[in-house]
Amino acid sequence: MSTKEKILGESIFADLEKLLPFVNKPVQYVGGELNAITKDWNQTQVRWCLMYPDAYEVGLPNQGVQILYEVLNERADFLAERTYAVWPDLEKLMRENQVEQFTVDQHRRVSDFDFFGISFATELGYTNMLTALNLANIPFDANERTDNHPIVVAGGHAAFNPEPIAKFIDAAVLGDGEEVILAISEVAKEHKQEGSPGGRDELLRRLAVSGNVYVPKFYDLEYFSDGKIKKVTPNKPGIPYRVSKHTLMDLDSWPYPKAPLVPVAETVHERASVEIFRGCTRGCRFCQAGMITRPVRERSITTVAQVVDNMIKKTGFDEVGLLSLSSADHSEIAEITKGLADRYEGSSTSLSLPSTRVDAFNIDLANELSRNGRRSGLTFAPEGGSERIRKVINKMVTEEDLIRTVTTAYANGWRQVKLYFMCGLPTETDEDVLQIARMAAEVIREGRKASGRKDIRTTVSIGGFVPKPHTPFQWAAQLSWQETDRRLLNLKDEIKQNKEVGKSIGYRYHDGRPGIIEGLLSRGDRRVAEVIEAVWRRGQRFDGWHEHFSFDLWNEVADEILKKYQIDLDWFTTRERNFEEVLPWDHLDSGLDRGWLWQDWQDAINGAEVEDCRWTACYDCGVCPSMGTDIQIGPSGVKTLPLTVV
Amino acid sequence: MPVVQKIRMRYEKLGRMKFSSHRDFQRALERAIRRSKIPIAYSAGFSPHPKISYANAAPTGCASLAEYIEIGLTEPVDPELVKNLINEALGDGLSIKDAVVARNKDFIDQLEASLWKIELSAVSESEVREAVKKLLESQEVVVERLTKQGIRKFDARGAILALRVNAAEPSEGYAILEVVVRAGNPTVRPDDVLSALKSAGGLALTVPPMVTRRAQGKLTEDPFQLLDPFALDRE
Repeated sequence: MSTKEKILGESIFADLEKLLPFVNKPVQYVGGELNAITKDWNQTQVRWCLMYPDAYEVGLPNQGVQILYEVLNERADFLAERTYAVWPDLEKLMRENQVEQFTVDQHRRVSDFDFFGISFATELGYTNMLTALNLANIPFDANERTDNHPIVVAGGHAAFNPEPIAKFIDAAVLGDGEEVILAISEVAKEHKQEGSPGGRDELLRRLAVSGNVYVPKFYDLEYFSDGKIKKVTPNKPGIPYRVSKHTLMDLDSWPYPKAPLVPVAETVHERASVEIFRGCTRGCRFCQAGMITRPVRERSITTVAQVVDNMIKKTGFDEVGLLSLSSADHSEIAEITKGLADRYEGSSTSLSLPSTRVDAFNIDLANELSRNGRRSGLTFAPEGGSERIRKVINKMVTEEDLIRTVTTAYANGWRQVKLYFMCGLPTETDEDVLQIARMAAEVIREGRKASGRKDIRTTVSIGGFVPKPHTPFQWAAQLSWQETDRRLLNLKDEIKQNKEVGKSIGYRYHDGRPGIIEGLLSRGDRRVAEVIEAVWRRGQRFDGWHEHFSFDLWNEVADEILKKYQIDLDWFTTRERNFEEVLPWDHLDSGLDRGWLWQDWQDAINGAEVEDCRWTACYDCGVCPSMGTDIQIGPSGVKTLPLTVV
Repeated sequence: MPVVQKIRMRYEKLGRMKFSSHRDFQRALERAIRRSKIPIAYSAGFSPHPKISYANAAPTGCASLAEYIEIGLTEPVDPELVKNLINEALGDGLSIKDAVVARNKDFIDQLEASLWKIELSAVSESEVREAVKKLLESQEVVVERLTKQGIRKFDARGAILALRVNAAEPSEGYAILEVVVRAGNPTVRPDDVLSALKSAGGLALTVPPMVTRRAQGKLTEDPFQLLDPFALDRE
C-alpha cells in the first residue's frame, strides 16, 4: 500500500481495482450507473456519504438513499456519494491491503466526508454498519472520534429506536429526511465557514439544540437495580427532553427521484418506483411503518403521471412500481392505474402494486395492472388466520370478503395468489393459526369452482411477529422461538394433510429464531451495543441473509454479555412490559400519544376495532395536533369500492 | 412485426466496465434501446424479448475494443443514427463504435479469431520470452477449467495461432503479450493461454494481468492483422 500523503477526496480506484479480480461479482463495486452524479470535491462545501447497509444489489434500488442523494446534489455547495456493504471476501482483501471503505460514485474514502449518513430500513444492518466504520478507520465509540472523522448519522425506520446503536452513532434523524438533511447541511456549512469553533462537539450541540437531530451522547441514562430504565435526561443546556420526527408535507413539491439510478450490476428491483403516498391511516396495530409515518400525504394523480413518465424516459425500465404502504388506498388509485394503463398500452411497460389489503382490492384495478398481458401473481396480506385475531390487530376483513376477493381473482384468470400471515400475534391461540389452513383450503375449493380449473394455486407465507417500538404492541411479549416453530409446523401439517386441496397450497415460512434477534435489536436499549460489537468481532455480518445469520452466535454472546446487568435475551423479547416502565425510545417522539397507544393496546386485547381515519372521524392518536400536520388526500375524497364481484 | 432490417454493431467495453458481465451488458443495451425508441423487433410468445444476437462475448474482467452484436428492426433505420441514439442512452465505459446494415449471411464465420493484448506485471521480460518459446515449441498443452459440470480438460495449444512478446515498450518488471486465438469449441480464453504458459513454459504470475481484446475477424497472411468482420456488409 502506498505511503504517499492522502489527498482528501481523491479516488482510490487504482488500489481497489487490484483486488477486484479476486472477488465475487466485482461489478457491484465499480459504480458507473446511468444517472449517477459526479461533482468536483473542491467546488463543494458540505459532503455526505450515504450508505444503505446491505449488499449493493439490495441497497442500490433503495428509494430513501436515492432521494437524499438527489436532494443534496441539486445544491451546488453540497455533495453526496454512496457506499454499500462489501462482502466478506472483499472486506478481507481490503483489510490486508489497507484499502478503505469507498464510495461507488468516485471511489472516494468514506472517512474523507463530513457526514456519514446510514439509512436503516431494518435493524439487521447494524453489523454491516460496524464493518463500514471499521474499514473507514472510524472508531466504533462515538466519544473517541475527532474532528478528522465524519459525523455518523442514522436514519430510516429503525432510527426511531436507535438506542442499541447509540454508542456507535453521533446523531439520529427521525422521519422524512429531505428537508432536515438540507437543514443539517446549512448548520454545518455555517460552522465550517466560522472556522469550526469548538470542533465536532460544538457542531453536534448546534444540531441538537435545533431540535432537528437526536444526539445520544447528550443524554444520560440511569437504571434501576432490576435492570429497567429509571430515567433518560439531557446533560447539556438547551437539549430537548424529547426529539421529534420530521414530516414532509406537500409531496408534490418534492418529486424525487427525478433520475433514478440504473445499475450495470444486477439488483433486486429493476423498475421505476414511484411513491404514490407516504403514511398510512389504517391503524394496523402491529405495523411500525404505518404508525410512524402518519399522517397520510398523497401525491396527486398529475404528479404521479409526470414522475412515471420522466422516470421511464430517463431509465428505460420496463416496469413501473406504484409504491406506498397500502397502494390500493390512494384516493384516486382507479384513475391512476387506468390512466397509466391507457398511456402505456401496447408498449412493453408493465405496472405493479406491492401487496394490497384485501378490503381495498378491486378486480378492475388488477385488470388495469395486467393490461399488457403479464399476469404474474397477486399478493394479499390478511396477516391473521381467524376473524378474532384480525380484530385484535385491527385488520378488518371478514373471511367472506377474503374468499370472495380471491375467488374473483381466479375467475378472472389469475392462477397464483399469495397470502401473507404472521405467527405469534398477541392473544393468539393454536386455533387462530390452524384457521389459516382452513381458509386456504376454502380459497382453493371456491377458486376451483369459480375458475373451472383445478390447477389454481395459493401460497401461504408466514413469519414470526416482532413487536416494534411506537406501536400499540410495543409492550407485548414476543412469542418464544420454540413456540413459534411449533405453531408453524402444526400449520404445515394441517395444510398438507388435506388430501383434497393440500397439493395446491404452497407453504413458506421463516423459523422463529432470527425473529428473536430482530426483537432484541428492535426493543433493545444502550446495553445491547456491547452485544452487537461482540458478535461483530466474532465475524457476524449480513444478518438479513440466512446464509450469514447465526442465531447461536447471537444467543451465546447476548447471554454472556447481558448477564452482568441481570438481564438476558428473554428480558428484551418475551417479557411483557407495563405502562409505568420507561421504554428505551420514550424520549423519541413519533407524534403518537403514549396514552393513546396504551389505550389501543388494551382495545386490542379486548378485540375492539378502530376505523381508518382517512375516511372516518379522527380518533386522537395525537400525531396531527402535536406535529401541526394533517392528512393530505386527493380532491375526490371518495373511497374506492372495496370489492367488485363479477 | 417482422424484421425488415438487421444492424450489426461493434462496441467497446473499457475502464471499470470490464468488470461487467455479458448479461449486465445485455440489460444495459435493452434499456438503452427502449429509451432511444429504436424500432426493435420482439420475439413472439408469452414473454417477448427484443431480438438481439450476441457473439463470442469476452470473459468478465477483460476489456474489449471489439465486441459484436446484431439487432433486428421492424423499420429500416440509418445505422449511424442507431449508433448515436444508443450511445446517448448507454452509460460511461460502454459505447458503440461502428454500425452497419447486415448484408452478409455468414457473419459468425467472419469472427474467425480474436487478437488479445495481455499486460503482465511483476515479471521479467526474459522469463516471459522463455515461456512463450517453450509454449510455441509444444504440440499440445492440456489445461483445466472449472465448469458447472465439473473440471474440463482440453488442449489450449491448437487454437493459439500466433503469440509474441511486444517489444515496443520495454520496461522493468512488465511485459506485453499479444496472442491470436482461433474461435471454436471449446473456446480458448486468455486465462487458458496463461495456464498453458504456466504448465508448458513455467511462467508463474503473482499479479493478475490486464487483458484487452483488440480485434476479432478473419485471418490473413499476417495473423496479427485480422480482417474487419464488417467488410462484406459495407458497400
